[in-house]
Amino acid sequence: MKRLFPITPALLCLLGGLSIAVVEAAAPADPPAKTEAAPAASAAQVNTFNRLMTPKSDRNQPPPLDGIHDPEGPGTKTLQAPRDAFSALPKSSGGNYVNWVQALKDKAINPRYDRLNPKEEPMIMELDIVREVKGFMPDVVYPHDRHTQWLDCSNCHPDIFVPQKGANTISMAQILMGQKCGVCHGKVAFPVSECRLCHSKKKDQALLKK
Amino acid sequence: MSTRFPGFAPAPKSPGKLRRMALMVGLACLLWGGDLMAEYADIVINNYSDKAGMRPAIFPHWFHRIRFRCKVCHADLGFKFKAGGNDINMLKIIDGQFCGGCHNGEIAWSVENCDICHSGKPNTPTQVHGNTIQKLVK
Ligand code: HEC
Ligand code: HEC
Ligand code: HEC
Ligand code: HEC
Ligand code: HEC
Ligand code: HEC
Repeated sequence: MKRLFPITPALLCLLGGLSIAVVEAAAPADPPAKTEAAPAASAAQVNTFNRLMTPKSDRNQPPPLDGIHDPEGPGTKTLQAPRDAFSALPKSSGGNYVNWVQALKDKAINPRYDRLNPKEEPMIMELDIVREVKGFMPDVVYPHDRHTQWLDCSNCHPDIFVPQKGANTISMAQILMGQKCGVCHGKVAFPVSECRLCHSKKKDQALLKK
Repeated sequence: MSTRFPGFAPAPKSPGKLRRMALMVGLACLLWGGDLMAEYADIVINNYSDKAGMRPAIFPHWFHRIRFRCKVCHADLGFKFKAGGNDINMLKIIDGQFCGGCHNGEIAWSVENCDICHSGKPNTPTQVHGNTIQKLVK
């Protein structure tokens, strides 16, 4: 059970950076350039067009580059890269960037419902619960069918939701904090950024104007 | 860089450039050193691993949900919805609980493949990657 000295790529990389700096410092210095202000990075690098969003090229990184796997670990290189697995699956705009609902529907994947028996079928419940939302956001439709494809009733009832229409108070604040729908959405199921998937029922415009 | 070593190299034309490059490499590393690129819903489990001199265990949800529905793990095998909240250890695993419900040489490869599960960077804390609170911007 050896433990390798934790040489992370970031560390190696930093050392590399430092050594360049050291070599540079030891080099015979030229007279300082007249006008140069020597900024740390160019304007283009600091002011990228979309500063806060993950660029497409950084999505679904392979394990050795994803920042949590140890590239030095003997097991890391045997792991599958998400991009390889996802190439044949329908896309979405958040989370894993895979539309898992569609993937099931298309039979692009067929995950087991039983650990041992690959033939066991889920018990699907067709019941939509509409939750009216105050204000302008469209109402929320909670679909039992798309959840019971994946989950057991006991995953939600009674710990997360009392199984009775309207018996639960749910707010966006709770969801963002990882409660109610946020137990899964924003952790494993599609993230909170996909407002339209939950807020899917148009309001009666006449009622809104009243 | 070999031509830049002092003594036998011509002085660099623009000295600021090299220093800036070093700085940028450093900066890039700081950003890269973060875990912003980990796959959504990857879970690092590190209640005991670091202390025991093992790399932290990493559980990839995306990989497993292609093969199993949530129900198999979260209802049948009893995994609670909480990263690090199941008090998993190797004794339980070899007794067929938790990961050991499948990593038993029958449903999936068995426990002797330590490094496939224990593949995390040392000192990475227990967490769910990409979760709402960790990163509200995405
Ligand atoms: C319900 C069954 C099941 C459970 C429970 C389970 N696994 Fe797996 N796991 C699998 C199967 C099946 C594979 C694929 C094996 C193969 O490639 O043949 C797998 C593969 C993996 C892989 C390799 C992924 C890759 O890229 O090839 C890792 C890592 C892993 N499991 C970790 C874990 C950990 C950690 C746990 C417990 C926290 C766990 N698994 C629990 C069934 C399971
Ligand atoms: C992903 C979570 C989740 C799963 C899984 C789930 N439910 Fe529900 N269920 C809900 C929510 C949310 C409500 C609405 C509660 C509310 O309106 O306050 C609900 C409501 C109900 C209601 C009340 C309906 C009414 O009109 O009063 C029943 C009954 C129910 N569920 C049964 C089930 C059964 C049976 C299963 C398994 C086949 C199941 N649920 C699986 C989340 C879930
Ligand atoms: C126990 C986990 C869990 C909880 C709690 C949960 N969901 Fe889901 N939900 C899922 C999973 C898994 C899917 C499948 C799609 C995915 O993984 O992205 C899903 C899918 C959906 C879909 C279907 C999206 C589509 O593409 O058709 C809607 C809508 C939805 N959830 C709304 C809700 C709402 C509203 C709540 C709270 C009342 C809620 N969910 C609570 C796990 C959960
Ligand atoms: C996982 C499903 C889900 C997603 C995704 C989601 N919402 Fe909600 N939202 C809900 C539920 C459930 C409620 C509570 C409805 C009720 O009052 O019963 C709600 C309520 C709201 C409300 C009413 C005020 C409040 O806090 O309750 C607003 C506004 C709102 N959502 C905006 C948004 C916006 C904007 C987004 C996208 C960034 C979003 N929601 C994404 C499920 C969702
Ligand atoms: C299927 C995945 C998996 C495999 C294979 C695996 N482990 Fe683990 N191991 C875990 C998980 C999950 C934990 C809990 C991690 C934590 O909380 O730190 C753990 C915890 C540990 C711990 C600390 C807790 C304890 O039980 O002492 C040690 C030490 C350990 N593993 C050693 C090993 C060794 C050695 C092997 C190979 C013979 C191995 N593991 C194979 C998943 C695995
Ligand atoms: C192969 C087993 C397996 C499958 C399948 C699986 N999970 Fe998990 N899940 C885990 C493990 C392991 C953990 C971490 C538990 C721990 O650290 O003790 C976890 C943790 C979670 C958490 C807790 C995250 C937090 O907030 O800390 C949620 C939510 C979750 N899973 C949802 C799902 C949903 C939704 C699905 C189906 C789309 C799913 N899981 C499928 C094994 C599984």
